[in-house]
This record gives sequence, structure tokens and C-alpha cells, in this order.
Amino acid sequence: MTPAIELQGISKAFGPVQANKDIALKVLPGTIHGIIGENGAGKSTLMSILYGFYRADAGEIRIHGTPVTLNDSQAAIAAGIGMVFQHFKLVENFSVLENVILGAEDGRLLRPSLAKARKELRALAHDYGLNVDPDACIEDLGVGFQQRVEILKALYRKADILILDEPTGVLTPAEADQLFRILRRLRDEGKTIILITHKLREIMEITDTVSVMRRGEMTATLPTAQTNPEDLAQRMVGRKVLLRVDKAPAQPGATVLEINGLCLRDATGVARLKSVSLTVRAGEILGIAGVAGNGQSELLQVLGGMRPAQGQMRLNGKPVDIASPRADARTRRALGIGHVPEDRQREGLIMQFSAWENSVFGYHHDSGWQRYGLMQNAAIRDAATAQMHRFDVRPPNPALEARHFSGGNQQKLVVAREIERRPDLLLIGQPTRGVDIGAIEFIHQQIMALRDQGTAILLVSVELDEILSLSDRIAVMFDGQIMGERPATDTDERELGLLMAGVAPAGGA
Amino acid sequence: MGKMPNWADAVLVPIISLLLAALLSALVILAIGEDPLAALQLMVKGALGSSYGWGYTLYYTTNFIFTGLAVAVAFHARLFNIGGEGQAMLGGLGVALACLYIPWPHWALALLGATATAAVLGALWALLPAYLQARRGSHIVITTIMFNFIASALLNYLLVNVMRPKGSMDPATAKFPEPTHLPTLHDMLAPLGIAFSKSAPANISLVIAVLACAAVWVLIWRTRLGYEIRAFGHSEPAAHYAGINATRITVITMLISGGLAGMMAINTTMGEAERLVLNSVEGAGFIGIAVALMGRSHPAGVLLAALLFGFLYQGGAELALWTNIPRELIVVIQALVILFTGALDNMVRMPLERLFTPRKPGIKKG
Repeated sequence: MTPAIELQGISKAFGPVQANKDIALKVLPGTIHGIIGENGAGKSTLMSILYGFYRADAGEIRIHGTPVTLNDSQAAIAAGIGMVFQHFKLVENFSVLENVILGAEDGRLLRPSLAKARKELRALAHDYGLNVDPDACIEDLGVGFQQRVEILKALYRKADILILDEPTGVLTPAEADQLFRILRRLRDEGKTIILITHKLREIMEITDTVSVMRRGEMTATLPTAQTNPEDLAQRMVGRKVLLRVDKAPAQPGATVLEINGLCLRDATGVARLKSVSLTVRAGEILGIAGVAGNGQSELLQVLGGMRPAQGQMRLNGKPVDIASPRADARTRRALGIGHVPEDRQREGLIMQFSAWENSVFGYHHDSGWQRYGLMQNAAIRDAATAQMHRFDVRPPNPALEARHFSGGNQQKLVVAREIERRPDLLLIGQPTRGVDIGAIEFIHQQIMALRDQGTAILLVSVELDEILSLSDRIAVMFDGQIMGERPATDTDERELGLLMAGVAPAGGA
Repeated sequence: MGKMPNWADAVLVPIISLLLAALLSALVILAIGEDPLAALQLMVKGALGSSYGWGYTLYYTTNFIFTGLAVAVAFHARLFNIGGEGQAMLGGLGVALACLYIPWPHWALALLGATATAAVLGALWALLPAYLQARRGSHIVITTIMFNFIASALLNYLLVNVMRPKGSMDPATAKFPEPTHLPTLHDMLAPLGIAFSKSAPANISLVIAVLACAAVWVLIWRTRLGYEIRAFGHSEPAAHYAGINATRITVITMLISGGLAGMMAINTTMGEAERLVLNSVEGAGFIGIAVALMGRSHPAGVLLAALLFGFLYQGGAELALWTNIPRELIVVIQALVILFTGALDNMVRMPLERLFTPRKPGIKKG
């Protein structure tokens, strides 16, 4: 059978960085082909070449056997390639129909195009189970539906090869299941699908064939049925990886954090936190699960002193001022609260600062780093060097600016800084977002070690796997509320998924 | 992506920018029928060829160091202070008040006192824009430039109606008393046996300016405040995460910036004019922006850039004096230098960067 896509000898360099090295790939028509690899392995570059965003330095692309030159996305669309990006490219205040025809209008007048698209959309909905109200405004649609619009856009442009880049990152487990159902149906109707992901579970669940990328090279392509998650992880990282965290049972001590009736409204008056109450004890990890945007970020910001809120907060039994604007992140740190923020590049690090300057960021007031009113830069640099060795930050060069480290090493810089202060309470947001598997393993171990030393840990993550494997107790947030709380040993993905979708369990939370 | 070695970034880029500006200036001079080479010679000779020329060049340099540092400090907090002009005017008022109303026993004390009052008034003139930016979100570019006009009107009023000596037709204060007169470079170098022009205005303020460079360097790279200023300038969300108070940093940075701009007055008002005149700043506040841009907000860079602009000012004045090249053309040349070294910086940097990255076949922008 002629492959739907055949790549031969694709290479692409950005300056000194070889993003793709002599890549060969064959994707058979009517299959779902997974591409897995760590951040920076070259997946996105390869797909950008396939979608005409970059031109390869060398190599050949064949679509259904015909060699093609893809100079821009128009050429890719003409060749029947459609792309669904991780961050949707939709006009928020346009209707579904208007978004679908955007850029594919037939003439100067919109009406005929809209009428044609309406008919087409109805047919597509019928053929693939892609039901979306064509007149709904994008901003009123849930994330799962917005993604369907992206898929419809591609299909409307007669794509028969569909590339999806990390499609489940923003979805609830239920929405992801629906997406997979649609993808299977598309495949059964003869479409070819390329799924880019870093989630091993998704590869195992839905793909027919899987290709592994590592450091710009395609290291393996094999039928999914002949592999398993451990094998894939090993191929991705190049060494054996522990996928599950070694976890001794927690030995919770006294209550460290207690919050009661926490309420927060944003600048536009929308309630972001609706009377949130929870406790975290010493030596345990409370995981907060939930789809992104349901108040978890705000909860971390309030606890970390980054925005004032209403309600009570107690730390080690003592009330903490959270309402006045003077209650800032600095006073919170002085109380013994560490904070690994959700977005390390925006908040956790100053990207233009060197690693050693970042190693005291937020703690630069500490008396140990000051003398005669001057920063003790030499001492800070020495401490940072030692810390980078302990946390295996690569390269171990304290003078390197934070932006020149990879995502995983940037995160290690932040985690090292916050963990080594031995806080009473550690707030962690998305500890492994955009972090490669090897670093994930290491960061998870560090978090567990800190727990075992008696720190109370509040963990927020949109990765359900991460919540399940690290937490001792799990609370689920939906629409600014805690939907329910479960011991980690006594729940599963199904139950949490329902809570994440806002379905209150029978018997109440 | 590729990165240039630091020396290329710090030295090569400004030099090439400068050469481009010079080339274009030469074309303009050619176009009005003058000889660019002769013009250049005249500029060099006029600005650097005698101790008289040096005296003026260094005098201007002193002004530009102060205003350049003022803009540079604000840049580190990502604040664009274009109110140096007004802040320097208020600095002049501070110098005048100190010199006229306090009986100083010695010029050294007078210098300390006048520096302090100049800095305080300059800082206060930056306080309101800083506060409005921090608490009300009024953009500091708009407010500082407005404050330039207010300062100008204020000084106009004070000099015409309040501080002008009775019977004088000149909108200026009385001459400062003798003990406040600062030693010029001639006075300072004579004991060392170095002959320096008596009539050139460069004075001991130059030393203060160089000390200010060192102080700013310590502030920015060695103190906690400098750390916080830079952190705030690079990323406001991150500064917030670290518990750095945005209002505090904005206000303090602008106070320092305004203070530095105000200190310029010890050179012009105390050192040269020895009285406060109208329009004593003469655009140095704006030149400070170009100086800070070209000097990459680094005190050493500011020092060098200030020297360059001091040369352009003095050389330009000579050119207007001795040739048919009109005074306006000097402004054109200065503008070209500002354009190339400041605004079009990246035009030179990007091709250079590409030159320094090891070439791979078919490098292409994304």
C-alpha cells in the first residue's frame, strides 16, 4: 500500500541546533499514527515542516506517493493536510460557521460560502459524529467543542491527513474519550491521523503505530500492539525510567495549612474561588485535580500571597493575613511557605537572570546574602553551584541565563530553590508541565522526599496521572469550588473525571 | 539561536552604527556642496585638538553622563523617563536656592549642598509621574514629557517674577557668591603642572559625574535594590511572585533617575553659568535618552556614549562657526547618530549575529 505520508531524509537545523536529523517516516492511510518524544525532541519541528511552516534543509516529502514541496500552509492544505494546533486558532467572537470558512471563502460575498459550509458541516456531522451548532459563538463553546471546530475546519478544507498536536492537554478525561471516539471514526472512514503527544497512555490507547523521537532523530517506529509504556519511555529517554513513584504510606502529622471559606473575585467581578475550604497536614501531599481554569491557579496565587482574597487562612494554627494588600509573597515566604509557581518562565524565573541570580529570587532579602548593604554575589554563586549539582541541573553553569536552560532544567532551578528552603508548606503548581520524562522522575522523587521530611505539600496539576501517583489525598476543583475529596488509595480516574466535569457524586461531597 | 560574543555586541555594533551614521552625514554634507572630510577634520580639531576644545567637549560630556545615567537607571526597571529635561531644570532651581540663600564657607561644601538640593528637586519632579504610573496606570512617557513643559513654565515664572534681581532685564538669578564658584579643569590641573585652557567651562562636576557612574554600577549590580529593579524590569509577574512591590520599585527608581538628571545642574548652573538662567538644560535631558540607548544602560557605556555626544556637540558648534554648513545640519548629523545607534540598533545587530553563527547549509528564518 502506498503510504499517505512518506518522509525521507528530512533534516532541519536552527543555527547550531539540529532539530531534525535525517528523519524517515511512513504513515499508512487509514491509520492513527502516534509520534511521541520529549520536549525538544523535534516533534513540533517535523510537523511544522509537514504543514509548510518551515522548509526542511534536506529531504523529501511524498503525499500518497507524489513528491511535494510545501512552502506554506496553503500548499499543505492543497496536499490534503490539516492541522489542529495545541492552542486553537479561532476567532473568539465569530460563529462556528464563520470560523470554518475563514480563509476558505469562495468569493467576495459571504452568503453563498456560508450556505455551502452549513450544508457541508451537516454532512460532516453525520459522517463522523462531529456535532457542533454552526451558529454558536466560539467563546460560548466549551474547549472540547472548540477543538471539534478546529477539526471541522480541516475537514472542510478536504483534509484527509489530520495532524493533532497535544490535543488532550486542555480536555477533561471524558472530553478526551469523546475526542478519541471521533478520531477512531475518522480513521474508520479512511482518514489518516497523526497524533503528537507526550502521554504514553494515549499512545497505547488509540494509536495503531507509534514512532519515537529523541534528540531530533526518529529512533523507532513500531506497531503499538508490540510495545508497552515502559518500553516507549525507555526509547524516549534512552535509559530505563521509573514510571511510577516509589511511595511509602504517608505519616501525616499536625495540621499545617487550614483554609476556610476562601472567596475571590477577579477584576471583572467574576467569582473565581467560591468558599474553598481544605486542610493539609505535615508530611502529606494534597493533590488538587481539575481541568485548567477552574480556580486552581487562583488558589495557589492567594495562598502564595500574590493576590488578596476573602476568608480565613491558618498556618501552623496561626491566622495569616490574606485580605490586606500588604499581605504579599515576601511575608508569605517569611512564614515558611515555598511556592513553585505554575508558570516558571513567567513567574518562577527571571529568564534574563543567570542561574545563580535566580537561585535567591524571592529570598534575596535573607541576611545570609547581604553584607554592608551589598549582595554577596560570590557566596550566592557558590551556593547556587552546589545546589545545581545536587539537583543535577544541566549544564551545571551558574552564570548561564535561565532562558538558555531546557524546560526541565529550568524547573529544577525553581524546585531546588523552593525545596531547599525546607518550607513548612510547599505550594506546587504543574511541577512537570513541559518537562521531559527524566526530569519528571527526578522532580517527583524530590517532592516525595520533602513530604517524608514532614513538609505539608499542596499540589496542583492538570495531569491526572501525576495527581494520582503523588498525592495522599485528592481534592477536585470545578468552577471555583471543591467538588469532593478522596483518599488517593480509594478513587480512580473515572470518579475523579466525573468530579472534574462538575458532576456531583451521589451521596454528596 | 546563535549568540554573538559579548565584545562584538558591546563594541562592534555601536562602531558600525556610528560609521553608518557618519557615512550618511557625509552624503548630506556633500549634497550641500561642502567637503565632508574637511568637515570631519574641523570637528576633530575643534573638539579634541586643543585643551580649549577638550574643555568644552568634557563640559558637555558631564551633562550627558548625568542625564544618560538617569535614563539608564529607569530603563533597568523598564521605565522610560523622558522627563530628564524638566528634572534637570528643577535641579537648576535646587542649585540656585542652595547657592543664593545659604552662606557657604567653601566651594567643596557648597558643591555637596548644591548637589543634594539639585538631586532632591530633580527627584521630586519625577515623583508625581512615578506615583501616577504605579498607582493609576498613567503612562510615564506621557506624564514625564508633560512635566517638562510644566517645569519650563515654572522656571519661567520664577526667573521673571520671583528670583530676578531688581532692575535686571535678564530673566536670570543674581550671580552666585564667590565661595560657591567651582574649580575648573584649569584650576584643578594647574597644581599638577598641566596647562589647561582657562576659558573652557569643564569643571569638577566631571569628577562627580564619573563617581555617579561608579555608584550606579554598584547600585544596579551589587545591591538588593538594584537586583529588584532589574527583576522588575525584566518581568513584572515574576517580580510580583517574588514579593517585590511594584509601586515601591517604580517610585524609588524614578526618584533615583530624577535625582541624577537634577544633578546635571551642578555642571551647568553652578560650574559654568554661576547663576540660574532660562533654558539652562539646552536639550541635554533628551540627549540622555540617546546616550543611555547607545550605552546599553550600562554606566561604562553611558560614559563612552556621553563622550561621543560631547564631541558631536562641541565639534558641531565649531563646524557652524567656521564653515558654511548651517547650524541645522549639525542637528541633522546628531539626529543620524541617535537614529543609528539608538533606534536602528537591531538593523546592525541582526546581520552581525548571523555572521557570528556557524553557518549551516540553508539556514532560514522560521
